[in-house]
Amino acid sequence: MLEPINVSLESLNLMTLAPMLIPIIGALLIITIDIIKGGLHKTLYVGLSLLFLLMDFGALLDASGVFAQNGTVMGVFDVMMIDGLAILSQFIIVGASMLFIPLALTHKRFHEFSYPEFFALFLFMIAGFQFMVATDNLILVFVGLETSSLALYTLIAMHNRDKSFEAAVKYFTMGALAAGFYSFGAMIFYALTGSVEINQIASVLTANKFEDMGFVLVAVVFMLASFGFKLSLVPFHTWAPDVYEGASAAMAGFMSIVPKIAAFIVVMRLFEFLVNSGVVWLEIVIYAFVVVTMTAANIWALIQTDVKRMLAYSSVSHAGFVMAAVLIGTTQANSALFLYWALFTFTNLGSFSMLWISRQKHLPAYQSSDHSYDKFAGMIQTAPMAAVIMAVFMLSLAGIPPFALFWGKVYMISSAVNADYKVLALIMALNSAIAGYYYLKLIVYMFMREPIVGSNGHVYVANATLSLKTIIGFAAIGTIFALIAVNPLLEFITSFVHASGF
Amino acid sequence: MFDHILSILIFFPALAGLFGFVIQKDSVRAYGVAVAAIEFALSLWLWYAFDANVSGMQFMEFLPLVPAFGINYILGVDGVSLFIIILASFFTMIGIASLSDTKNEKNMIITLLFLQMTMVGVFAALDAIVFYIFWELSLVPMLYIIGAWGGPLRIYASVKFFLYTFAGSLVMLVGMLFMAYYFYQATGTWSFAILDWYRLILPETFQLWLFVAFFIGFAIKVPMFPFHTWLPYAHGQAPTIGSVILAAILLKMGTYAFIRFSLPMFPDASVFFMFPIAVIAIIMIIYTAMVAYAQEDIKQVVAYSSISHMGVIILGTFALNVEGITGSVFLMIAHGVVSGALFLLVGVIYDRRHTKMMSEFGGLAQVMPRYATVFGLMLMASVGLPLTINFVGEFLSLLGFYKQSHILTLLAGVAIIVGAIYMLAAYKRMFFGNVTNEKNKNLPDVNTREWLALIPLAIITVWLGVYPKPVLEPINNSVESIVQLMHEKSITAEAKERIPNLIKDAEAATSAQEAH
Repeated sequence: MLEPINVSLESLNLMTLAPMLIPIIGALLIITIDIIKGGLHKTLYVGLSLLFLLMDFGALLDASGVFAQNGTVMGVFDVMMIDGLAILSQFIIVGASMLFIPLALTHKRFHEFSYPEFFALFLFMIAGFQFMVATDNLILVFVGLETSSLALYTLIAMHNRDKSFEAAVKYFTMGALAAGFYSFGAMIFYALTGSVEINQIASVLTANKFEDMGFVLVAVVFMLASFGFKLSLVPFHTWAPDVYEGASAAMAGFMSIVPKIAAFIVVMRLFEFLVNSGVVWLEIVIYAFVVVTMTAANIWALIQTDVKRMLAYSSVSHAGFVMAAVLIGTTQANSALFLYWALFTFTNLGSFSMLWISRQKHLPAYQSSDHSYDKFAGMIQTAPMAAVIMAVFMLSLAGIPPFALFWGKVYMISSAVNADYKVLALIMALNSAIAGYYYLKLIVYMFMREPIVGSNGHVYVANATLSLKTIIGFAAIGTIFALIAVNPLLEFITSFVHASGF
Repeated sequence: MFDHILSILIFFPALAGLFGFVIQKDSVRAYGVAVAAIEFALSLWLWYAFDANVSGMQFMEFLPLVPAFGINYILGVDGVSLFIIILASFFTMIGIASLSDTKNEKNMIITLLFLQMTMVGVFAALDAIVFYIFWELSLVPMLYIIGAWGGPLRIYASVKFFLYTFAGSLVMLVGMLFMAYYFYQATGTWSFAILDWYRLILPETFQLWLFVAFFIGFAIKVPMFPFHTWLPYAHGQAPTIGSVILAAILLKMGTYAFIRFSLPMFPDASVFFMFPIAVIAIIMIIYTAMVAYAQEDIKQVVAYSSISHMGVIILGTFALNVEGITGSVFLMIAHGVVSGALFLLVGVIYDRRHTKMMSEFGGLAQVMPRYATVFGLMLMASVGLPLTINFVGEFLSLLGFYKQSHILTLLAGVAIIVGAIYMLAAYKRMFFGNVTNEKNKNLPDVNTREWLALIPLAIITVWLGVYPKPVLEPINNSVESIVQLMHEKSITAEAKERIPNLIKDAEAATSAQEAH
């Protein structure tokens, strides 16, 4: 006979769900409003989304206060785990989303933003990412992963261009494959250890001293493939440039930041214990992934003729660079990952937004694609302010001091140095030099070439509105004055990462 | 105000550059000259307030930037950096004043002001990361100057310049991070302060690797053979002002960094690499001198001769004694003045004829006597004629290295004769003989704006050649403390022997006097 189980509500610790529930409630509210009165303007939905994201951010601040005092909080049958990594990554997720959502207020009208579903799906997606990072449980990770991915595919397709459909279908197919790999890998881990919680898996595997190494190998291979797709590590990156090209520039910028940080968190939780417990071949495999992803993506980026595709390859390369943190696995490396990604958020979202405000609906004859390099020729003469801002973003991506990404790079390379990865540190530095070339190429076009006859500066800001300019202003200030923010950010991140035992 | 004079010197031009955006574009040159003149006056004030008897750092400033990682904003000058800072502000001033008519003049002047910020910053920084920030940032304005106002191959030249230096300095950055890590291991605190690093004594193997990492960054900047290939392109394509700043100041960053970083931090590695580097320096002197002789383009002749003289600076630096290093620092200044002036002079003729081919000229001395006089003076200085500024530096550098190796010094001396040959040959082709080309018949002589730039340079060339003491003494004091530090820090017997112990020498001298 079954005993009735008494679970006190307090032990569930439902407050751990608050940050995820806020965007879900927001999404439901948006749908409800649409049912009651349709045809409302997009500004309403942008405003509402922003409001809920702000509340989400507030809830996170609250959670970070709790964490700073009491340490890691478990909740909802110990499925939710609010530790430092979860809080830091959610800050990045919600922060980047807040920077992204006003980009919907473009000057030109775009199909997707006229649907309230776009904003509802967007908020669902945020909740999905938040679930993904705030748990130790492989099943909840899967739920979060799928919620967010399915929403993301739809958001891409809603851009309503041929290329967007192609991109969404491509992403969907690859994503489905990755999801399959993920569930298979998780299954094997469950079979090996009888648990779907990463810390349980870790303790069981360590206790029996990895005696089923063959099965661990299979599980890890599946997991690596799955997250390789999500993080667009070479050779699983093939979807990335096409999807970035097909999606709207704003969406592409979003995709280069938020889904990746969520995936990085899971990778950190899952792989770092494996690397640190002396699974040598895994260390070698990840080493190879890091080096190949950085280098190959850089070389492909060199030959692109379209700025957006170049930025796509560049963000593949940046992902490889940051993946080094998982390999190194020290507290400093993990802190560097967050520092890098927080700074990368500003810079990369800024540069994609610059593409977004120059979005054309009809291509002139001399342009082969929407953001070809030619389009930016002589921009300094026709739109000097925009050219300077774009150049700052490019210099930051290249790692020129004192702009934002330089600090991330220095800290990351330093963590490699400190963990005695001498060769890796050198490879990372030299890759930054290779990457310098293609960022420079855009600067060369903007500053040193003559403008195409008949182009006035209007094309570069054709899509701009006050809210878009504000976002770019935020990104530019964040990029230029990162110097001031680095120290508080570093101390905050390091204390959180350290307190969660990474 | 003296407390923050270095910060003012660094950020005043940048701030003024920002304000420059609102100035109407026909008036911007006057604005630029005014700003650069104020900056120059401030740098002279720095010299006035500088205590020449103190060998250590002066006007130190400290501001925490990223204390969690040991990065602080630390500034300071000693005798080595003081005069290069003055030189930088001086050349920016006369560069802007003598700027010939360029398109987008406003962008050019604002860019120059930003460039000035980075130049002063590099020489005043005493924190490795701050140094690195200015070092890298200086590439950006130069990239723009070459790429936007250069000749037909300007984009290739500017990108090559940027990528070459960028790649080298990233290796240097890894070296810096290693250095900070060793410092952390030794002391338990993070620090990128150069003066802290001076105190750290490293095992020889570590020194060797770190020396190589820093060397790659610096050698590309100098540029040393075989990393010099970017420089002829950069000079060949750059506008006059770009070449002047590049030759006079930017190249000095590399040689200055050797003295600031490599020598005091890695004394044993410096001794270990002394002869290989000296050989490279001599190859650089002889080879580029021969290449210069083969050039048809007068600007390329000046460019290669500039590389050749940088070889003498390197040779002096790696003499590792007071004479050699003092001489090389002095030669940095001399080389800045002379090669800057030569590039300005090439610019003068280029503005008139829009060609730099020597075959186009001939007999210019009859048409432009004043021009020929100044050119002749600078050329003699470049060759190293006694009583000109270059002679003092070259003589001391070679004297310093003579103490280490007689043969190599002799070779370097021969190379200087080659230098005289190609320079005089070029002068002969351009200025002597009859005017053969019709286009040269009616060339106007040097105008007021050009005099404004050339006269001060000519005065300095002769003045410091005849009486170098006011500059030489502060340099000498600071160099002595560096050499003494190197001697005390070195661990191998060979290094102890090669790097003189000044205190012991001084004691020996006084005791010898007492014995008399």
